[in-house]
Amino acid sequence: MNLLIDIALAHLRNRKRQTVVSLLGVSLGVGFFIAIAAMMQGFQSYFIDKIIDVAPHIEMKDEYRRPPLQPVEQLYEGGAVGLTGVKPKDEPRGIKQGRAKVAELEQLPGVMASGYLTGEIILRYGSKDVSGSVVGIEPERERQVSKIEDDLIAGALDNLYTTANGLLIGEGLARKLGADMADTLTVLSPAGVILKMKVVGVFSTGIVELDNFRVYTLLKKAQVLQDRPNVINRIRLRLDDVNQAEELARRIERRYGYRSESWQEANQNVLGIFVIQNGIMYSTTGAILLVAAFGIFNIISTVVLEKTRDIAILKSLGFTSGDVELIFVAEGLLVGVAGALLGWLMGYAMSRGLGAVQFEIEGFIRSEGFILDYSPWHYGISAVMAISAATFAAYLPARRAARVYPVDIIRSAA
Amino acid sequence: MMAAEAIAKTAPDSVPILELRHVTRVLPGPVPVTLVRDIDLKIPRGTFAAISGPSGSGKSSLLYLMSLLDRPTSGEVLLEGRVIDGLSDAERAAIRLRRLGFVFQFHFLLPEFSSLDNVLLPMRKARLLSAKEMRARAADLLHQLDLDDCAKKTPGQLSGGQRQRVAIARALANDPHVVFADEPTGNLDSKNGRIVFDIFERLVDEEGRSVVTVTHDTDLAARAEMQIRIVDGRIVDR
Repeated sequence: MNLLIDIALAHLRNRKRQTVVSLLGVSLGVGFFIAIAAMMQGFQSYFIDKIIDVAPHIEMKDEYRRPPLQPVEQLYEGGAVGLTGVKPKDEPRGIKQGRAKVAELEQLPGVMASGYLTGEIILRYGSKDVSGSVVGIEPERERQVSKIEDDLIAGALDNLYTTANGLLIGEGLARKLGADMADTLTVLSPAGVILKMKVVGVFSTGIVELDNFRVYTLLKKAQVLQDRPNVINRIRLRLDDVNQAEELARRIERRYGYRSESWQEANQNVLGIFVIQNGIMYSTTGAILLVAAFGIFNIISTVVLEKTRDIAILKSLGFTSGDVELIFVAEGLLVGVAGALLGWLMGYAMSRGLGAVQFEIEGFIRSEGFILDYSPWHYGISAVMAISAATFAAYLPARRAARVYPVDIIRSAA
Repeated sequence: MMAAEAIAKTAPDSVPILELRHVTRVLPGPVPVTLVRDIDLKIPRGTFAAISGPSGSGKSSLLYLMSLLDRPTSGEVLLEGRVIDGLSDAERAAIRLRRLGFVFQFHFLLPEFSSLDNVLLPMRKARLLSAKEMRARAADLLHQLDLDDCAKKTPGQLSGGQRQRVAIARALANDPHVVFADEPTGNLDSKNGRIVFDIFERLVDEEGRSVVTVTHDTDLAARAEMQIRIVDGRIVDR
């Protein structure tokens, strides 16, 4: 085996420039893969972590996925006579027996539940009107179902208890209003209730949508504001195992009928973009590796042609076809391995470089530069891809080399 | 490991080292070409045999058949009394490696390797000796062929005669029973050609090996104990 590798190395040394070019091709593919993957995965997992931290894992809403059937449709399914212009039943909105449901859901293992009332409001401060969405919470429960407390940059969650008409507002919202801690805002609800409320906390989750629109207050206050005493219209669940969310949401919806969304469903649009992003990443780096593989195919084909005489002599000396094939496959493998190692260095350097770049972005999330994920997986995957591409690229000409019939070559040389 | 067993067995001296029975080789194609025709031949152990004949007469083809590089279309080739035509390519490769040595018209050394490494090649492939023993043997072979100064040089740095001697050293690396040579002097001047034949004679007389060489040089062929003359793929006289 050593002997075969010695011969393979000798061939590669003989074609230094081409070898270096193919090697660089492989390492660029690997390097870019690592850098891009670090960037994308970093962003994606940061986003998902944030979502999992901030948003509920499952949210039950006082809505139905499909409008309820009219009695006539229930009785005469597919009947000849249809009714149009039927007014839906004017039910009081909210989750019926919400408190009981919260208590029931909490019995499930690994589940924390909490009821809320949400609604739209207008915040008025000085001459500014800004719309927002208010969420009525119970702080002692909220602590168990979300990490809002960790996201507070000013004030405290318990201030809601100690201050009458206290409000927690998002950082972006505070900026838009020009309000700060201890400022008193006028809050208007669609129900026509107007309250003076005091800012007792400012939070920053990093998710732009929340920071720019979300307001928290006590559940009781929210019920007053919406003029819906004792009503909750959301139940939020926090799970120990976030991967169970989809399955559990389906079960809950089947049981209660209310629309229950897992965090995956609620963020479908973004998660869908991630899938596309990953696709783009794999195809881009795949293309680079493909080009590199062509380079390897090219150099080894050239070597095989150039070395036909050597192949013939090796075979006449007693090397088998398998030995000859191994020599040339080893050449591809060596370029692949060396390229992958060099690519690792490049990828590491590139991702370090990207990590040092500072800038402000405010899209789905707010960040001061690229969020990078230095996962050993990326190194592993890229090396496996590179080495197998290189080996396969070498395998094709190697098979041709193995088929060389020494007599043909010796006869034509003589 | 049938091949290894085959190599370990050595036949008694009375059995010819090589025997051909009605060997014919036809090159297939739109117009089949008969390279050698119905050859019957026995080469006793320890013989220096020369195959000669005009170009295109099939003398090289005969050598390839004897040396397991090619397979006959019909007939049998026996090496040390054993029919070898039915063996697999890998088994034939193993026999070539351990028992046969090859010298060609062109030196056919690997250009990237030094003389010493070229001589080491068959030994490293066979792996019968330790690394140290291999180097000692390679150095000894080069010494015997008066190539002490050339050990570290690559083929490109050697003269034609030196290269051919390195090729002979390589052919002897695994202590072969038979050395086959295909026009070994074809590219050499007459002085170097004589040197090569001197070496062949020594291999036969002093070391008891058999040498089969193809040559068109009648003066050199005359030095062999056994002369085989081929015309149109047939033996014309001995």
